[in-house]
Amino acid sequence: MDFNFDIIWGYLPLFLRGTLYTIGFSIASIVLGSILGLGIGFGRMLKNPLWRWPFDVYVNIFRGTPLYVQILIVHFGLVPLFYGSTNALISGVVALSLNSAAYAAEIFRAGIQSVDSGQREAALSLGMTRRQSMRFVVLPQAIKRMVPAFGNEFIVLVKDSSLLALVAAPEIMYWGNTMKGQYMRIWEPYLTAAVIYFILTYSLNKLLAYIERRM
Amino acid sequence: MEPIISVRHLRKSFGSHTVLGDVSIDINSREVVVVIGPSGSGKSTFLRCLNLLEQPQGGEIVIEGVNLMDKKTRINEVRTEVGMVFQQFNLFPHKKVIENIMLAPIQVRKWPEEQARHKALELLKKVGLAEKAEVYPASLSGGQAQRVAIARALAMEPKIMLFDEPTSALDPEMVGEVLAVMKDLAREGMTMVVVTHEMGFAREVGDRVLFMEQGAIVEEGPPEALFGNPQHVRTREFLSKVL
Repeated sequence: MDFNFDIIWGYLPLFLRGTLYTIGFSIASIVLGSILGLGIGFGRMLKNPLWRWPFDVYVNIFRGTPLYVQILIVHFGLVPLFYGSTNALISGVVALSLNSAAYAAEIFRAGIQSVDSGQREAALSLGMTRRQSMRFVVLPQAIKRMVPAFGNEFIVLVKDSSLLALVAAPEIMYWGNTMKGQYMRIWEPYLTAAVIYFILTYSLNKLLAYIERRM
Repeated sequence: MEPIISVRHLRKSFGSHTVLGDVSIDINSREVVVVIGPSGSGKSTFLRCLNLLEQPQGGEIVIEGVNLMDKKTRINEVRTEVGMVFQQFNLFPHKKVIENIMLAPIQVRKWPEEQARHKALELLKKVGLAEKAEVYPASLSGGQAQRVAIARALAMEPKIMLFDEPTSALDPEMVGEVLAVMKDLAREGMTMVVVTHEMGFAREVGDRVLFMEQGAIVEEGPPEALFGNPQHVRTREFLSKVL
């Protein structure tokens, strides 16, 4: 097997640009997904099953269908419907955010429910409202426990963003495919992409381990 | 005199299991009422109904003229006047001891931070833990944690204090320090309702003792009478086991 480093060097600037897009997609989606997920997570904790139902449905649908399919529906269906035309950047952020919101919702719910009920009772018994007891007593403890799960979700998101190549969002895998198409080579483009993803997720892992130690 | 707590026909069940049958009692201001009885008798549930940590199915609870079962009653406002101490302390582990005490006065009473800090230090001194102000609860012994929990409840300057088996989770050598704080409080005239297995405390500090079994108050009276000359056969059986 001859391995041609020259074509990798030629594509490196594009791969680097793609890396920035991958990072951008991942950060935007974890942020938007978490905000949306927080709301959905609270919705899943409602006592009334009728009110809870739409939130359950949301989580089940997004966890129960492939991200691949969700990206296609968002890109060719939802975005043109609301935006007028297709746009890979918008589709990418929307699809990944909607998807990660479902997982974030579960992380929030599990984290909040893992805090001992005595904490909430103590806060309430001091005259705090339910909102105050959530904000000052339960959430700060819950968030601490959510960090590992969120880190995991973020790493999954970095890897899953590669599926956005499907709709020509200019991230790492998109340039890998382009390179393969131009040179008709397998190893160089895909191994380059794999190495970049690995560097990203490995550094993230290290960063998360550091954060967890600090907490 | 108008009772500070008035309970009428209180009923509570979890699913099909009835925990409180039909409990009625009046408690006067400055009175120390000790609730004893076997586990599962409903005494903790009764106490937790008094600040609506448990929602009763029926009956009436009136505290200082406010009916807790009235839908218009803002229960969080009632709770500012009714402190509670839990078996498991339930200190906030992410906050330092002094922050545990200051949190509710600042957020609920809207006190300025300085006033809350001043009050917290004063209370820590009162429970003998002034030097623990800046540590986290994890480094406290059980007895210390429970005394901080009492200080935290007192910071709201409640008119009534509820104690839910405050010494049951403690090592025996730490029971005394917590009971001492509670005795001080009783001496100062705090209205207290105490669920406990500490018969010595009931006898010494209680103005009145309630014996509960199977969700009902079987017998009540001053400690000398209830311990010295129990009228009911079930009270006698229980006391013969615990004394």
